Amino acid sequence: MARVLMSIPAWGCLGLTLLGLCWTLTAQDALAGDAPRFVQPGSRAAALGACVESTAFMRRNHMELIKHQRDATVHQGIRGTRYSLAGCIDCHVSHTPDGQPVAVNEKQQFCSACHAFAAVKVDCFDCHSGVPRGGPARSSGGQGGGVPEGDLRGSGQ
Amino acid sequence: MMKHPDETIDHGRRAWFGLAAGVTAAVAAPGVILQIASADPDPAPVTAAARWGLLIDTNKCAAGCRDCVDACDRENGLDRQSKPPSQSPAAWTDQKAVWVRKVKLADDLTGRVTNLPLMCQHCEHPPCVDVCPTGASFKRADGIVVVDRHICIGCRYCMMACPYQARSFVHEPMHDQLTQVPRGKGCVESCNLCVSRRDHGLASTACADACAAAGKGAIVFGDLKDPASPISLALRAMPSRQLREDLALNTGVRYAGV
Repeated sequence: MARVLMSIPAWGCLGLTLLGLCWTLTAQDALAGDAPRFVQPGSRAAALGACVESTAFMRRNHMELIKHQRDATVHQGIRGTRYSLAGCIDCHVSHTPDGQPVAVNEKQQFCSACHAFAAVKVDCFDCHSGVPRGGPARSSGGQGGGVPEGDLRGSGQ
Repeated sequence: MMKHPDETIDHGRRAWFGLAAGVTAAVAAPGVILQIASADPDPAPVTAAARWGLLIDTNKCAAGCRDCVDACDRENGLDRQSKPPSQSPAAWTDQKAVWVRKVKLADDLTGRVTNLPLMCQHCEHPPCVDVCPTGASFKRADGIVVVDRHICIGCRYCMMACPYQARSFVHEPMHDQLTQVPRGKGCVESCNLCVSRRDHGLASTACADACAAAGKGAIVFGDLKDPASPISLALRAMPSRQLREDLALNTGVRYAGV
């Protein structure tokens, strides 16, 4: 009897653990299923098949591309190339119904949504603007570098 | 209302103005189109083939005129900074970021007063670069002295080293920055000769444009290495000086009439 009584809490613990594991996996599946919505509806990016590299590559390596580009821009004056942060913002910024851009680092917007989930602080927007804003030298084409519409991977490979 | 007899339309005069406008447009248009066509960014790294600089003719610089300062503020988004509520107006005046300052020099003996805009002098041997512990303060190949904010730790050693007090420190979180001019709390900054304009191949700086638009033309921007550039021709034609030339920094900004 004592042996049976001992085993009830043990089975209970195991069951709870399994239940918790299943819940975690389900939650992750649900998040993975939700991922496409983080490309904001109404942004230029939503209408395109892929980013400047494949989506899987961009998810893992976008920070390396931006970091490399920032050094080229600040130190060598190379701007408007495929990996420019201004290009990211041009394409991924969403708009309010009355046409006002919403900063990519605002809650549930393109950058902040994933970064909040991954618990990685994004420092870019301490200095950089989260919306395309002003300047006579700014080219309106966004990603620059002659990248064609439709699939941004089309050039410069 | 009765029409005054003198107000009748003079058609000959109108035709002359029309012709004059047409001729002006024909002369100016190629320059304008050239500027738009070259506004795409150049993907090649900057080289030492050019060295950018300014020549400021202080005889043409008017007392009280702030057109260059205001143009700089608009170009670089400095007009978007606001006083923190806790700070006194006097402290804010001292502490807010300023890239161009109007300076008045008075000669005690003669009473002669000289006005000039003072900004980063873009030295060939910049003290701010010498002292920077992280390499954030650096000189581009084309002679522009810039702070790389990605590696600036905000120690402000460069601000102490600069003989011209040309640098500012951003003390408060920033909002509403311009895409071309990222600025943020904790970094040092200064005039960068409108570096995004340089990279997009535009012809001039905001301050030089504003000064020309005001009819003064006291600021000439150009390539010091190109013997045919307007700035080189002007430097050859008129006597000019470097500020604190005793420091032998070979500044890229030169002043005439001081």
